[in-house]
Amino acid sequence: MSQAIEVAGLSKRYGDLVAVDEISFSVGYGEVVAILGPNGAGKSTTVEILEGFRSRDGGDVSVLGTDPANGDRTLRDRVGIVLQSSGFDVELTVAETIELYAASYRSPRGVDEVMEAVDIGAKANERIKTLSGGQQRRVDVALGLIGDPELLFLDEPTTGFDPAARRASWDMLSSLRASGTTIVLTTHYMDEADRLADRIIVLDKGRVIADATPETIIGPHSRDPVIRFAASGAPHGSLPETMADRATESDGFITLSTDDPTEDLHALTGWAIEHGVSFHDLELRRPSLEDVYLDLLDGDVKLDPT
Amino acid sequence: MNDWPSFARLAWVHARYQNRLFVRTPVAAFFSTLLPLVMLVLFVAVFGNDTFDTSFGTLTTAQFYAPALAVFSIASATYTNIGIFLSTQRDTGVLKRHRGTPLPTSALMCGVIGSAALIAAVSGTLMIGVGWLVYDLSIEAAKMPAILLSFTVGICCFASLGVALAVIAPSAASAPALANATILPMAIASGVFISLGSDTAGWLTFVGDLFPLRPFVESLGAAFSPFTEAPAIEWDRLAVMALWGSAAAVYSARNFSWEIRGATSRRGGRRAAASEPTRT
Ligand SMILES: Nc1ncnc2c1ncn2[C@@H]1O[C@H](COP(=O)(O)OP(=O)(O)O)[C@@H](O)[C@H]1O
Ligand SMILES: [Mg+2]
Repeated sequence: MSQAIEVAGLSKRYGDLVAVDEISFSVGYGEVVAILGPNGAGKSTTVEILEGFRSRDGGDVSVLGTDPANGDRTLRDRVGIVLQSSGFDVELTVAETIELYAASYRSPRGVDEVMEAVDIGAKANERIKTLSGGQQRRVDVALGLIGDPELLFLDEPTTGFDPAARRASWDMLSSLRASGTTIVLTTHYMDEADRLADRIIVLDKGRVIADATPETIIGPHSRDPVIRFAASGAPHGSLPETMADRATESDGFITLSTDDPTEDLHALTGWAIEHGVSFHDLELRRPSLEDVYLDLLDGDVKLDPT
Repeated sequence: MNDWPSFARLAWVHARYQNRLFVRTPVAAFFSTLLPLVMLVLFVAVFGNDTFDTSFGTLTTAQFYAPALAVFSIASATYTNIGIFLSTQRDTGVLKRHRGTPLPTSALMCGVIGSAALIAAVSGTLMIGVGWLVYDLSIEAAKMPAILLSFTVGICCFASLGVALAVIAPSAASAPALANATILPMAIASGVFISLGSDTAGWLTFVGDLFPLRPFVESLGAAFSPFTEAPAIEWDRLAVMALWGSAAAVYSARNFSWEIRGATSRRGGRRAAASEPTRT
């Protein structure tokens, strides 16, 4: 088996709702793949089918060479799972909790080592109920790591984290990737996917709308900067001819994409002086990751899913 | 690659953790261990330790109440506690988390049941011990097998019913109410708080005999009554309990759910779900 995960034509319905619509993708050994998509896109459904928690309505799925619907103890020993949400026995301490779960595996990692990895060692002897949400999330991740998995699933591992905590967990996942662990994570942050993943699968309304490396997804579009401005006394139609057909107006802002910013800005300011137009706001910028992602979701940009 | 951890070790680890949770949930310890003892003290204080007529003959207050309240204590430590703990673990996602590990279901269940059984045995023994030390409870050596048998069958039966209670309870929040709504009327109908006598309505004893609590009270009561012949083992009563326990086990195995009912991963804050077990 050459791939850690293979998914072909996977479908899942909840009543009339088609949550996952015949998606196909694969994940190689040692690869880090981010499933990116807005809330309700079908990320958790997909991941929980791969984890063996949910049944599917169609398609073929293989995880480490086994169909997770018939996954046995051996498969669960090789896979680490961090669910989007799950609770604790809140009266146990952090160390007790990790010890308890360690006992289930054949070759668990050390409790201290794992606490160190997620930076929760300082709270080792505190009851879970006294931890903040972000600290509890780190224990979630510790429990995903304790079995020393070959394959780790993380469903929105950093949602609700402050920026510092997010960066810390990115560092932790990067070092995990360096150790050769195959990782599948879901997120609705483009920057997280870009930072961590070898490959990004964009999921929307149960369909794969992009499956490519971060460079491919962001690359071609980031080369096109845009000029964006708001101005008073500037009728759209009165723009210089060379720009008028490239400009779009929304929310009181006029946006135009440009391949020669210097020339266009020169023409624009000249036009403004000539017509007595005053700018309230004028910027030249590259589309952010977030812009690219939103364009993908809007269907403004299409990448052929490979 | 190491060998799998043995079943016995896993069950033992989980039993130990369950014990820890029990001790750290004082309200559970109060209801199943302390409250029945307080009731014994109160009943003897109210009635005096004089003799009165019971369904087992003329007994002292303690001779009647110690075994009856031991039954109540055991039922609470198993039925009520397992029902609440397990449904809470289901609703908070603890069970689902275990489900994603190589832990065998049977080891988890053995741990949960083993811990409750231990707590029940300690609570029941404490009740009998206090009765014996403080209130001259008489225990006949020849009836020890009957006492132990009744204890064992009762603990197994009510532990199994506790798992079924967790399966039936739509949510962890409803589990304590369900437990109390079933166990309290049953306790009255089974002669735990008041001895059933010749004035008792026939339908009540009939109903009581069908459910497992009265057989538990009767089998243990018979073993403590000075008027029964040793060995005083009430096989038919034990059989009723065994039947209930088995039926509950089959029901639970068929309908067990690892996740909160109608679970969706988007619903409810994860922190909101991590509440402590409650009791009414
Ligand atoms: N157990 C369920 N029952 C009914 N609908 C569900 C269930 N789980 C998810 N859904 C629906 O399926 C869609 C995909 O959900 P989900 O996989 O959780 O998306 P994501 O994780 O990307 O936010 C959503 O519309 C959600 O409301
Ligand atoms: Mg989700």
